[in-house]
Formats: sequence, structure tokens, C-alpha cells
Amino acid sequence: MATQTGTHTELDLPQAMLETATAVSEWNLILPVVIALMAGALLAMIRHSRGSQFGFSVLAVLVILVIEIDLFWQVLETGPVVMTMGNWLPPFGISFAADIMSASFALAASFVTLIVLVYFQAEIVPREVRHGFYPLVMLLLAGVTGAFLTGDLFNLYVWFEVMLISSFGLLIIGGRKVQLDGAVKYGFLNFLATTFFLVGLGYMYGLTGTLNMADIALLAPSAPVAPMTAVAAIFLLAFSMKAAAFPVNAWLPASYHTPDAAVSALFGGLLTKVGVYVLLRIMIALMPASRELFDPILTTIAVITLITAPMGAIAQTNLRRAIGFLVIGGIGAVFAGMAIASLRSVAGATFYAFHSMLTMTALYLVAGLIERVTQAKDTKQMGGIYAANSPISIMFLILVFAAAGLPPFLGFWPKLLITHGAIAQADWLLVFAVLFNSLLTSIAGTRLWAHIFWRPGREGAHSEIPNDHLRKLNPTESRMALGSTMVLVGVIVVLGLWPNLLFESAGMAAGQLLQPQLYIEAFGLQGFSPDILSTGGAS
Amino acid sequence: MAPFVGAFFTVAVYLILSKAIIRMLLGIAILGNGVNLLIFILGRVTPEVPPIVPNGLSQPLGAIANPLPQALILTAIVIGFALFTFLLVLGYRAYQELDADNTDNMRLAEPAATPKPPLSY
Repeated sequence: MATQTGTHTELDLPQAMLETATAVSEWNLILPVVIALMAGALLAMIRHSRGSQFGFSVLAVLVILVIEIDLFWQVLETGPVVMTMGNWLPPFGISFAADIMSASFALAASFVTLIVLVYFQAEIVPREVRHGFYPLVMLLLAGVTGAFLTGDLFNLYVWFEVMLISSFGLLIIGGRKVQLDGAVKYGFLNFLATTFFLVGLGYMYGLTGTLNMADIALLAPSAPVAPMTAVAAIFLLAFSMKAAAFPVNAWLPASYHTPDAAVSALFGGLLTKVGVYVLLRIMIALMPASRELFDPILTTIAVITLITAPMGAIAQTNLRRAIGFLVIGGIGAVFAGMAIASLRSVAGATFYAFHSMLTMTALYLVAGLIERVTQAKDTKQMGGIYAANSPISIMFLILVFAAAGLPPFLGFWPKLLITHGAIAQADWLLVFAVLFNSLLTSIAGTRLWAHIFWRPGREGAHSEIPNDHLRKLNPTESRMALGSTMVLVGVIVVLGLWPNLLFESAGMAAGQLLQPQLYIEAFGLQGFSPDILSTGGAS
Repeated sequence: MAPFVGAFFTVAVYLILSKAIIRMLLGIAILGNGVNLLIFILGRVTPEVPPIVPNGLSQPLGAIANPLPQALILTAIVIGFALFTFLLVLGYRAYQELDADNTDNMRLAEPAATPKPPLSY
């Protein structure tokens, strides 16, 4: 195949290389990750100066937020955006790509991080700042954003590991015994999950000779069916573990309640959603044929997750562990949307993941406030906050309704879409599971509300005597923690009352997932003949 | 070479199923190596020349070994090593603080005797 006469000057470079400079608009794709990484590095260098850390990290996240809003509008108006690094054209170069799903998830992630950074001011522990709280948060954001925006499977693996190692750091940053215990379980199981991902990735490369997502979407139909199904099964296992879906979710309730409330909130909002995002991308857009084979499995996972998770929440007395089970319940709803895989239900699934990022973070933040007011972690020791601090109780109730999917709050709309999709396909089992999940979640949530807020005192003989362990929030706490939580809940309420933009973008996101032509074309890969690949890939 | 991967995975699964943290760590390390070997094989092992373009030419002469899996494995080794080191230190700290090398005895985050759910309301 080699031609001895070929020299650099004679080569027709445009076949493999980009020769023009990257367009300014495309920089929007990589800048959020670059800024987060640089800010993380800089914050690690200045970790001893306490004063400047908060201001600097908020500034960095604000810049990221502005860039991502711009990116979101760009994607909404012109379709998927792709940026390829190092001048090698896809599928050879590593690309970053954003369609509406990834742009909106990245936007939600940075917004949630901003809220959590402000909230953290109320529970700040100097030792934790010195040990690198802010750099770790920035690196976590870099990992999550990178995972949302990358268009290459191996690159995705690297972002997963960035995310994983910074979440390890955040999980143990207080050094309490219970944190070490939670971190051991979280660490081992998540590391195993990423290793499974790596196995699947290796097989994917061996089968198709490519790791570029758009290229996989093109080549998957022509690859041998049985091995591709095995690869899809490995991916399903790996990302179900990441997303905490039913049989492989034990790590979540074992670890999410152990760190500070702000860290719990960050994890609850960001980490499981990355697993969900990749599953949606792989199952719906890249390997639709394998997903059809997995229909019964996905349905089973969805139904059992939807029903067992809120039951776990009902049985818990530790407030943040109970919320952990509610996080898992939401994952079941996304799986339901994935199992149906119609335009409506996929729109519902992406919408639900977006809603879950905001709502679960807010729930953990409110739980942190409740723990501050009652000075307890167990709902048995709580009670009587309704009289002592009514804003907290109102926010908690709104969030419970949003999580359960009661109108007019945010969680109602995605569940409406998923249920509508299930009815259209006469999948009555999933219809029942989604609705029953709403019922169970509202039972779990309102029971928590009744025990924490409504009951005048603590459990047992004290239950009718006003709770004397309550304390008032100090000015920093009410300004920073209560204020930031109110902003987040306010956004959830407003988005729930005017969901048009989210409806529209969820519909477009689902369209782009189910018909990935636009995504593939954005890479410049449509019509790319596979025989060029066979010389470049495995020989 | 495929049987080697199988053997690595078997040993790793056996060790990870153990309750002792140290054995689980060894299992994780062996699993990581097994996966790296797997990626190497999936890039097709060929007795070919290294992928070097001779001076003055724009493409290599004849068939070459596939360089991509090696890049992938190198990345995976570095990342796996970092995470393994972290888990090693974490396991040691857990042993010091919780006095437990056995996951059965690590029940702080999930107490064995969970309190009954509240029965009121």
C-alpha cells in the first residue's frame, strides 16, 4: 500500500488534516473544561490564602457559566457543534462535540456548582479549605463538563477518571471515620465500574477500529451483531453502576450521606447524571440495534429501580440517606424513558436528568440546612422546624413535590412525557411503575416532611413538647446557605411554571439522539467510506 | 494470549470477591493489568515493524504494528496507578481509623442494627 514516491509536499493533506484555524465559536466547546482545569491548578497553588479562594473559584465558574449559556444558544440555533484538536480530522483526531443534551447538562452542572460554592461558605472548615476543597470542586466540574462535551470514547474514560479522583478527594476531605467507611465502598465500586468501561472500550476498538462517537454510530450497524451486543452489555453494566441503577446501586446510599452537605449536594446533582448521560448517548444514539435487544432488561431495571428506591427512602431514618434513595428513584425514570425509546420518552429522559441535577442538589442543600437547625442527622431527633424556620419547610415540600413529579413543579413535565410515551406504546408495566414511583416518592417525602417539620418535638415521649435542640441560623448561614438554596429552588419553581424552553430543547435533544445524522455531519463524517478506515485502524 | 487475559480476570474476580481490603486491592491491580493486556490484544498483535515513517517519505513502508492501543494502554496504566495508590492509602487509613481490614466490620456509614423506620404518620 505504501507508495515510495509520496512526500509531504505531494500529499493531499485535506483528506486527513484540518488546515484552517479553529473558528472562534468552536472554542466555546473546550473553554469550560480548560478554565475549570486551570482554575483548579491555580487554586491548588494558592490554597493557603483563604480569602481569595472563594472569590476566584466563583469567578471561574461564572465565566464557565456564561460560556456555556452561549454554547447552549449556539447549539439550539445551529445544531451540534464540533471542535477537533490537533488538526487531525475525525475520526483520527480527538473531538469535542456538543448537541443539545450535552450543552444543557453542562450548563446545569456549572450552575449547580456555583450554588454549592456559595452554600459552602456557611459550613466552611478552614482545614478543609487548606486541604484543597476549592481545587477539587473545580477539577470535579472539569471532569463532569469534559464527560458531557467530549466526542471520543477514550477521552470520555479519561474525564471519568478525573471526575472519580476529585470525588474521592471531596468524599474524604473532612477525615471523619464515617467518611472513610463510605469512601472505601464508593472508591472500590466506582473504580470497578470505570474498569468495566475500559473493557468495553477495548472491545469496541477491536470490533470497529474507532473510538470516535460519531464514527461508532456510523460503523455499528455493519459490525457483527453478537460481539457488539456483548460490548453494549458491558457498557450497560459499567454505566448502570455509575448511574446507580437497581442491582448495582449499593455504593450510593453507603457513601452519599457521609461528607459535608455541600459535597453531598454536588455528588447528588452531578455524578450519577454523567452515567445517565453516557447511557443515553450510547444506547440511543450509538448502538440502537443493541438497545432493542436489551428492551426487556432495561424495562426490568427501570421498574425495579423505580419501585424499590422510594421504598428504601421510606425505611430510612437518616435524612441524607433517605434522599440518596430518592436520587436512585430518579435514575429509574430515566431508564424507563430509555426502555421505551420513542421521541417523547427520550425527551422525557433527558428532561428528567436535567431536572434531577437541579432538584437533587437542592434537596441535599435543604437537608444540610435542616441538619444545621436541628443539630442532628437522624429524623428521629428532628422536629418542630415548621414553627422555627418556615422557609426551609416550604422549600423542602416544593422539592419533594418536584422529585415525586406532582404538577406544577419541574419533575411533573418529564414524567408526563415518559408516561405519555409508555401509553403510546401500550407498555402498561412502565406506566404503572412510573406512576407508582410518584406515589411512593410523595409518601416518602411527605413522611419526612411530617416528621421533620410538622411534629412539634423529637420522636418518642417528647413528640408533643417543642423541640429544645433547635437553634437559629447565624447571619452567614442565612445569607449564604439559605440564600443560595432559595435561588436554586426559585429557579426550579420558575422552570416548572414556564417549561416551554425545556420542552422544546428536550424534544430537539431527543431528535438528535434518535436521528444522529446531524451529530455525525457536524463531525464531517457523513459519507466517509469505511475502507479508508481499514488502513488506518487495526491491521 | 487470550487465555492470559482470562486467567488475569479469573484471579482478579476471585480476589475482589474477598472481604479483606488488601486482597480486594490486589484484585483491582490484577484486573487493571488484565484489561491493559486485553486492549493490547484487541489492537491485533502483529509481528510487524514499529510504526516509524522512513526519512523523506510520507507513509511507512509495508504493514506496521498498530500504535494506538499502546497509547491507550499507557494512559490507562497511568490513571490506574494513580487510583490504585489512592485506594491503597485509603485502605490503610481505614485500617488505622476504623480498625478493620474486613468490609464486614466497616458498618459506620451503614449501621448493622438500623433503627426501625418511624411508625408515626
